[in-house]
Amino acid sequence: MQGEIRAQGSDTPSLSIVMEDRKTTRANPAKAAAEKLNFWYGSNQALKNINLVIPEHQVTALIGPSGCGKSTFLRCFNRMHDLQADTKYEGAITLRPDNVNLVGPETDPIEVRMRIGMVFQKPNPFPKSVFENVAYGLRLRGINNKTELAERVEKALRGAAIWDEVKDRLNDSALALSGGQMQRVCISRALATEPEILLFDEPTSALDPIATAKIEELITELRQRVTVLIVTHNMQQAARVSDFTAFMYLGELVEVDATSKIFTNPAKKATEDYITGRYG
Amino acid sequence: MTQGKTQMAQGAFASLHYRKTRDRIIEAILLSAGLVAVFTTVAIVFILFYESSYFFEHVSVKDFLTDTMWTPLFADARYGILPLVSGTLTVTGVAILVAIPVGTIVAIYLSEFAPHRLRETVKPVLELLGAVPTVVYGYFALLAVTPLLQKVWPDLPGFNMLSAGLVIGLMIVPYVASVSEDAMRAVPKYMREGSYAMGATKLQTALRVVVPGAFSGLAAAYILGISRAVGETMVVAIAAGMMANLTFNPTEPAATITAYIVQVSLGDLPHDSIGYQSIFAAGLVLMLMTLVLNVIGFFLTRRFREAY
Repeated sequence: MQGEIRAQGSDTPSLSIVMEDRKTTRANPAKAAAEKLNFWYGSNQALKNINLVIPEHQVTALIGPSGCGKSTFLRCFNRMHDLQADTKYEGAITLRPDNVNLVGPETDPIEVRMRIGMVFQKPNPFPKSVFENVAYGLRLRGINNKTELAERVEKALRGAAIWDEVKDRLNDSALALSGGQMQRVCISRALATEPEILLFDEPTSALDPIATAKIEELITELRQRVTVLIVTHNMQQAARVSDFTAFMYLGELVEVDATSKIFTNPAKKATEDYITGRYG
Repeated sequence: MTQGKTQMAQGAFASLHYRKTRDRIIEAILLSAGLVAVFTTVAIVFILFYESSYFFEHVSVKDFLTDTMWTPLFADARYGILPLVSGTLTVTGVAILVAIPVGTIVAIYLSEFAPHRLRETVKPVLELLGAVPTVVYGYFALLAVTPLLQKVWPDLPGFNMLSAGLVIGLMIVPYVASVSEDAMRAVPKYMREGSYAMGATKLQTALRVVVPGAFSGLAAAYILGISRAVGETMVVAIAAGMMANLTFNPTEPAATITAYIVQVSLGDLPHDSIGYQSIFAAGLVLMLMTLVLNVIGFFLTRRFREAY
């Protein structure tokens, strides 16, 4: 614990250098907006009145201590909670430009997941070849034309900066790759269907530092193609990859601002306590 | 104080010695229990080879493997195993055509679709079905399924492999379903979530991710199911007739290897007669068939084992 805090302290100077470059961060138009979002697991309210705008083509990070609801909030965007019995949404997450309420009971969760991709904490490629993993979503959408599949798979693998490493082993099982490679195949899989928002749920917590650095670099590049929402436990990671950071605590959204602002001059005491390592 | 410490140390050494001895005794008991199973298997194989060696002194291996008649109990005795093998394969074929699709569908339903409570109720009931004595299934085949089939095909003989095979298939459905369901449930949740997150439906996830992910377990379930169908005795002995018959047509009566062995074992053939010895040769063939199946199963499961 001691070591961790010290490590954070020693990182702070370089961190603020990163911040300097981003002073100019301006919010793009909204891609999605949570409005008075409440969420319950059974009788336990996990999200309380969340209001948050997700700017288009930018990276928004969700930080906060364990159990603060950041993963729960992320999973509202692609309705993953619907797979569990006894969960309830209230309020709205509006997807722009067509103003669909992602959590509305009238909205088909399958449709939602067709438009919003997700990358998980643990790399979870399917027990299939690398190619079939990336082609999975395309095939679900009825694309079976060989040339089109090959083109889009290559594009997705290039997009996740893994094409050169796997181009000669597209037909090998994806489970034979290293953890970092698997995670990038999973990112390719999500990218292949050209989602409007890509959700990352602590995507590097199961990876070593080198693989983590590659994924982080990738995420910063991805913002040109897709709107990114990332949950992370690692505050340096939030500082490195994101344009905006939202701090959550006990199911509530405490503060959201440009990442440089949050990490240098947070408005709320709770945020400051968290990012300086006083709890969490 | 010092003395107390020394005593304690000695006590610790004494108990260490005691513990080691006790561990050794327990280990020996466990080992001997394991050896009973190994020894029994070895003894069975030995007796099969030993007894069938007498048989092969009188009947050439070539005749045994190529003759198309099996009539050891007739005056004009012929010893071709092929009719028994064809009967066994036909009954098994009918059985797995029922058991594999039905068992897999049941497993997919229970593992991917059924609500938790239903699954927890249905699974023990399924496993209970395995406890019904096979002789009951045999009479079910003879007295219920055959008459029913005869309404569709009036020409169907009273004894036939079709109804025996269908009932054996039904009999091993719970078994195949239960083992398959275990294999599918072992596919980790995050794998399914990955599929759902891509916009897949439950059925797509089950067929495209869970089934391939559980392949090694499914292969094991199928092979074990086939082995049980090959080795099943009572149902065929009761419902399929006892006449060796070289045919792959399930609507005909025929004997399987196991049915023949029962027939001879229960009969009053003198123990040193060649007819009696023939059951060991037949048993040897049966054992080799199941051995081949198990070896295939072993390599299939190894080949397709997925490391999550």
